[in-house]
Amino acid sequence: MGIAISAKLAITLFMDRDQEKVDSFARRAFIVGGLQGLGLSVLGLRLSWLQLVEGDRYTTLAENNRINVRIIPPSRGQIVDRYGVPLATNLQNFQVLITQEQTEDTEKTLRELQSVITIDEADIEKALKLIKKTPSYVPVEVRDNLAWEDVSKIELNLPHLPGVTVQAGELRSYPYKEATAHIVGYVGRVSDADKMNDKLLSLPGFQVGKSAVEKKFDLDLRGRAGRAEMEVNVHGRPVRQLGIDPAKAGARVVLSIDAEFQRFVQQRLATERSASAVVMDVETGEIYACVSHPAFDPNAFSGGISTMDWNQLRDDPTYPLNNKAISGVYPPGSTFKIVTALAGLETGEINRGWTVNCPGHYDLGSSRFHCWKSGGHGMVNVVDALAHSCDTFFYKLANQMGIDPIAEMAKKLGVGQLFDFDLPEEKSGLMPDRKWKNEVKGEPWHPGESLNSAIGQGAVLATPLQLATMLSRVVNGGKNIKPWLAGYANEKPLSVTTEQAEDLGISKRNIDIVRRGLEAVLEQGGTAYGSRISEPGMTMGGKTGTSQVKRITMAERAKGVRRQEDLPWHLRHHALFVGYAPTENPKYACCVVVDHGIGGSAAAAPIAKDIMLEVQKRDPKSKILAKNIEGTS
Amino acid sequence: MLITHSRIHSDDMSLLGRMRQVAWGQVVLICMLASIGFLCLYSASGGSMEPYASAQFGRFLFALALMFVIALIDVKWIFRSVWLLYGGTIFLLVLVDLLGHVGMGAQRWLDLGVMKLQPSELAKVTTVMALARYYHGREISEIKKLKNLLVPAIIILLPVALVVTQPDLGTGMAIIFAGTAMLFAAGVPFWLFILGICGAVAAVPIAWQFMREYQRNRVLTFLDPESDPLGAGFHITQSKIALGSGGFAGKGFLEGTQTHLNFLPEKHTDFIFTLWAEEWGFLGGIGLLTLIGMIILYGYWIAFRCRNHFTRLLAFGLTVNFSVYAIVNIGMVMGLLPVVGIPLPLMSYGGTAMLTVMMAFGLIQNCNIHRDSRLPRGA
Repeated sequence: MGIAISAKLAITLFMDRDQEKVDSFARRAFIVGGLQGLGLSVLGLRLSWLQLVEGDRYTTLAENNRINVRIIPPSRGQIVDRYGVPLATNLQNFQVLITQEQTEDTEKTLRELQSVITIDEADIEKALKLIKKTPSYVPVEVRDNLAWEDVSKIELNLPHLPGVTVQAGELRSYPYKEATAHIVGYVGRVSDADKMNDKLLSLPGFQVGKSAVEKKFDLDLRGRAGRAEMEVNVHGRPVRQLGIDPAKAGARVVLSIDAEFQRFVQQRLATERSASAVVMDVETGEIYACVSHPAFDPNAFSGGISTMDWNQLRDDPTYPLNNKAISGVYPPGSTFKIVTALAGLETGEINRGWTVNCPGHYDLGSSRFHCWKSGGHGMVNVVDALAHSCDTFFYKLANQMGIDPIAEMAKKLGVGQLFDFDLPEEKSGLMPDRKWKNEVKGEPWHPGESLNSAIGQGAVLATPLQLATMLSRVVNGGKNIKPWLAGYANEKPLSVTTEQAEDLGISKRNIDIVRRGLEAVLEQGGTAYGSRISEPGMTMGGKTGTSQVKRITMAERAKGVRRQEDLPWHLRHHALFVGYAPTENPKYACCVVVDHGIGGSAAAAPIAKDIMLEVQKRDPKSKILAKNIEGTS
Repeated sequence: MLITHSRIHSDDMSLLGRMRQVAWGQVVLICMLASIGFLCLYSASGGSMEPYASAQFGRFLFALALMFVIALIDVKWIFRSVWLLYGGTIFLLVLVDLLGHVGMGAQRWLDLGVMKLQPSELAKVTTVMALARYYHGREISEIKKLKNLLVPAIIILLPVALVVTQPDLGTGMAIIFAGTAMLFAAGVPFWLFILGICGAVAAVPIAWQFMREYQRNRVLTFLDPESDPLGAGFHITQSKIALGSGGFAGKGFLEGTQTHLNFLPEKHTDFIFTLWAEEWGFLGGIGLLTLIGMIILYGYWIAFRCRNHFTRLLAFGLTVNFSVYAIVNIGMVMGLLPVVGIPLPLMSYGGTAMLTVMMAFGLIQNCNIHRDSRLPRGA
């Protein structure tokens, strides 16, 4: 018993010494274990935060990683004339591409390709340089604008050309070239500023409208881009296609133009160094031809124009890049007398019987205003004054009624006005009056200015489009028609004015008096008698105009007027003619301007005659512009 | 009675008797964790046994056998050869450092022809063994004395110094963690650890001075991963996206987009947890964390059952070592800790890491089998 107790005590003592260590270990290991448990719990919480709370956000991020949306460019819409003849269309543009990872030796393959079709050394070097910068699975363009035979040669030799592919792209093409350059416009690369936020615009080689209809209706023509969703890996390489939403081609834009007539006008104007013409419908305002000569070939822009060619076009004194028919502003000269005459009749200042004696000049205070005919016209009424373009008549009339009724009538008829025309390059010109002089120049109106303005000189500036519109509004009986060019984008009406044009409130009797004067211009003794149309039912009325570029000084007049032909080209008078036909129930109106053409009757009227005869023969008005027109090609 | 009972255990040291004492529960848990690893590696190679899963499986079988061999060795042999093993590890570390200097660059392994030996991996185990051996014979009153801290400090810092110069910051940190935990459990005064933590915080700016450029970048990128979204921060960001997009139920086996489209880096090694949680979701992730927690708990259970201080401390230290690796690795892929290049034990692809972890589990099993063995007290 004693032994047992002592043994037990010894064990207890021994155990006690050890027990202290065990207890200390237990306590402390428990703390360490607790920390580990804490660590694992933190991991669990973090996991639930990432996967349960933030799961949706990270799912989106993972999808963004995984899915790459490739934009499929839409085919650009056609632009056609009123009969459906294409003015702007797309040609297949074949490009040859090389994919680095599919060929063992890129340079060797390119040399092989060079032996099959012609490739410039510079193109080879460019491609090799580009290959180094692009991922190996992305095809790099070697050459574009391949001819059909080049394509078939490559296809034939494809077994020897690993990694080479031919891709069909689109290239904008303008079959009427120079003839429609100014109204159809051209396309070009997207500028960097436009690329922001639009993936379609950022596509390499994507082109947008840069001028005229191509620019104005760019959104309609562009169509809607398609999307192909691709699954990609971390290097951006497509693994498989997930879905596709095909592109929708752009709308077909129908213009009111008659393309063949447009070409006729362009060729007729080409006899001059620089000229422009507008032919329009007096009742609907639709434009049948709108030509500015010289022009440029818009096809040159589609493939990218060289800087040299561009500079040459830009610096040409005849402004081939500008559409002078809508953006050229000219003093309208005697064509403006239509406005002055109508203003005089409407204000009651004059009537059919009111006459003026023209001695060849008109004196206002100490200033003498000359009539173009130094000998004078004798006694003239308003019809005679228009027929012979007597300046004195209009000097006296303007002096009597002042500028404001003239300016009011001019604005009513469209001079100095913007029509919100379908071409973005439209300019406003200027119709001055007292208010304008006061506000802009800060000077009082001078009575002499009324005289100059009355014959379309001084500060008056108008575009050929405005002058054709002005004449249309007169001969259609005073209806406020607006000129337009674009009819439909697919079936959506663009600017077609379907509602009846409102009446301008001009007396029909007064209009008839002016029309009588305009008919007389092309009758015996009229300023444009030589350009009369004698085909029955096709007769033309109109008004000549010659507008000064450089003022003739008193000294020059005293010395004897220098012949215009002796002046440098850019100082010679502009020649203008506004005309309409037929004289009974007019359908068509035109304005022809020959830049520095010296005389309206000599230079502009003969062109107008040919144009007006042609338009009546073709008679585009007989076919109403329809939503659905049968294309001819 | 108590003595008699214990003697029954201690005396039945036949092979079969020892086999019966294996903690089979932990072995099953280890096999489960390794199997999850095989699934992940199968997925990482795009649904194929090659090149990772089959190789890893072979290694695991070898390591499992090694584990049982180590588990069944008489603990007295191990107890006696601790200093030899520790000394041998230090020798190999020095050797690697010298060869590394000759080879101009970071060298972590010795090429033995058949396999590459990574002494820093061995150091993780032998340091724990040495500390357990040292504290086995010490009385609690001795342990409390400050002067007796010198030897354990040397035991820890000697391999750490050699490992860090390789440079392998991650392993160095892991050895310090496990070593410190052992000092703490052995009974070193509490206030020393408070002091130590303060000292470590104060040492951060000094350590910064000695860090290499890439090590500094890792820390900076950890603090703000978005600062370098395409560089080093890419790994952390993509790992978080992979984890988060897994959601509750995961994307499905072999369906992890981040993994299979290669957005996830190092998916078969350091980021294997991310692969698992992307494909198996929150359920899989929590399940894996639970499994790891159970393996750790098992280690503690074994340590608490041990009736001598050597096996007690050894089982504890090796369990802490395992948990430090698991927690740091998972914390790293979740963006909670800097990317230090520490693998996930039993799951990450790699031979030496697998071998070391299984050796450690072999020792833990050995502790369980020999929990009642009497070991000499003298130092």
